[in-house]
Amino acid sequence: MSIEISRPAPASRRILAHGLYETRNVLRNGEQLLVSLILPLLVLLGAHRLDIALGDGSLPSIDVITPGVLALAVMASAFTGQGIATGFERQYGVLAYLATTPLGPTGLILGKALAVLCVVIVQAVVLGGAGLALGWSPDPAGLLWLAAVVVVGAAAFTALGLLLAGTVRAEATLALTNVLWVLMGAVGGTVFPLDHDGAAALLLLLPSAALGEGIRTATLEGSPALLPLIILAGWAALAILAARRWFNWR
Amino acid sequence: MPQHPPCLSLRQVRYAVGSARQTAGVKEILRGVDFTARRGEVTVLLGPNGAGKTTTLGAAQGLIRPSQGTVQLLGQDPFAAGAELRARVGVMLQDGGLPQSQQPGVLLRHVARLHQDPWPVEDLVERLGMADFMTTNIRRLSGGQKQRAALAASLIGRPEVVFLDEPSAGLDPQSRQMVFDLVQHLRELGLGIVLTTHLLEEAQKLADSVFILKDGVVVRHGTVSELTGDADPALTNGAAPERRLVFVAPRTLTRGELESAPTALELDGSADNEPGARWAASGISTPADLSALATWWEQISLMPGEVSFEARTLEDVFWEVSTS
Repeated sequence: MSIEISRPAPASRRILAHGLYETRNVLRNGEQLLVSLILPLLVLLGAHRLDIALGDGSLPSIDVITPGVLALAVMASAFTGQGIATGFERQYGVLAYLATTPLGPTGLILGKALAVLCVVIVQAVVLGGAGLALGWSPDPAGLLWLAAVVVVGAAAFTALGLLLAGTVRAEATLALTNVLWVLMGAVGGTVFPLDHDGAAALLLLLPSAALGEGIRTATLEGSPALLPLIILAGWAALAILAARRWFNWR
Repeated sequence: MPQHPPCLSLRQVRYAVGSARQTAGVKEILRGVDFTARRGEVTVLLGPNGAGKTTTLGAAQGLIRPSQGTVQLLGQDPFAAGAELRARVGVMLQDGGLPQSQQPGVLLRHVARLHQDPWPVEDLVERLGMADFMTTNIRRLSGGQKQRAALAASLIGRPEVVFLDEPSAGLDPQSRQMVFDLVQHLRELGLGIVLTTHLLEEAQKLADSVFILKDGVVVRHGTVSELTGDADPALTNGAAPERRLVFVAPRTLTRGELESAPTALELDGSADNEPGARWAASGISTPADLSALATWWEQISLMPGEVSFEARTLEDVFWEVSTS
């Protein structure tokens, strides 16, 4: 080794390297796989087997339940998975260490976002494949909108997960992300559609409801899910602004 | 001897946490720290727990933004600088900063990918004796193995400046020697090395310059010789080197006798004030100091069993500062 000026790898290579590194970490972590893939798959299979009537009952239940399970899975990897992993990385000083490498804070967050997208693709293939095998028939015209809602939803929930991980203790992040995931999944409009009338309509402003509604609108009607997209983008912007203000690396 | 160029300087750095609106109010952790480290030198930062060492390093590494003052790392503000600067700096954090469920080999190869021309992983692994645990999860490594992995992670980018926070904590003597040798090798290569340690013997052997922090300010700094008083008087404005005089008291010294001593006395390696205890007198730097001590012995009718001069160590200086 000699003293020469050490240079960083190009930014794109650093972010790609970190995204793939994080993706491998998620996919070989049993607990993360359980929350991100196995539990949503069990919800899908269970709801299909019980033939739960959803919505107004005019649609096959699998067409309603599969988009909801996809939304649940996106929340699991972006919010619960990234929140818990990042919380413990912060506790062990990993965030501080990586922030001093050429990756830096921005590269670290972009790498994590890339990892979430990679995992979401795996989830979409596995859960979408299972849904199709069970009779799900999404409207092909809405697939681009589905992708848009999933990407913006993943961004919003990643930002919310990171906000929590960067502001409270790792153990609290673990508990909160799990509880919120279950609550949002069960009654927050993710898996089961919410009532659009009266005071209950206010719940549609929740990011979980926006994600569920957005995916259902795209796959059931093949139409643009503009309002859910705007709500999710708003949550993403709020969470990013709050994280910039309060996120603590150590 | 010409001084090496500085690679890091902190000027009047202040850092506070909390706000006036909070019950606990504002707590100032750094209260105007001045610190300089140079290329090709080992600069040691010492201080009792809570003195602000880790916060000082955090400001130097760009992990925190000082409330006031300036930080220049390789000529740039590390808080605002980008990847170009971070590629030139290596950091080993006190708590390691290692992902617990990762293998050292996977982590090192990943960090190497973030650099254009990293230190070859295999070479670093061989130098640090890490081959046996490259595929073991970090969670399962011993304290010493974790330290070596964190050290390797700090060096993988071939840095020009490296921060080592307690690099030998938890290491056995053999591993500690390996780390010493590596630090000396890095210094010979011209790296600027900033390290903190609780091992004062280690600091005395390695340091080119030492900064002692207390309550968020640097209270002493200089070379080890300057701090312990061994420096050539010509280099210390004519002041005589300050040494400790150690004597063995054949009997117990009373409280009144100790209070009447012309210089501060403390037990040196002896647990109790009992016959045969060794006493150290500091501040003996002139014949008059020695004469005053001899006069005191005469007044209290004490014939010391053994008298010797001992050079002060960095540990002596550290304790003086810590307890003052």
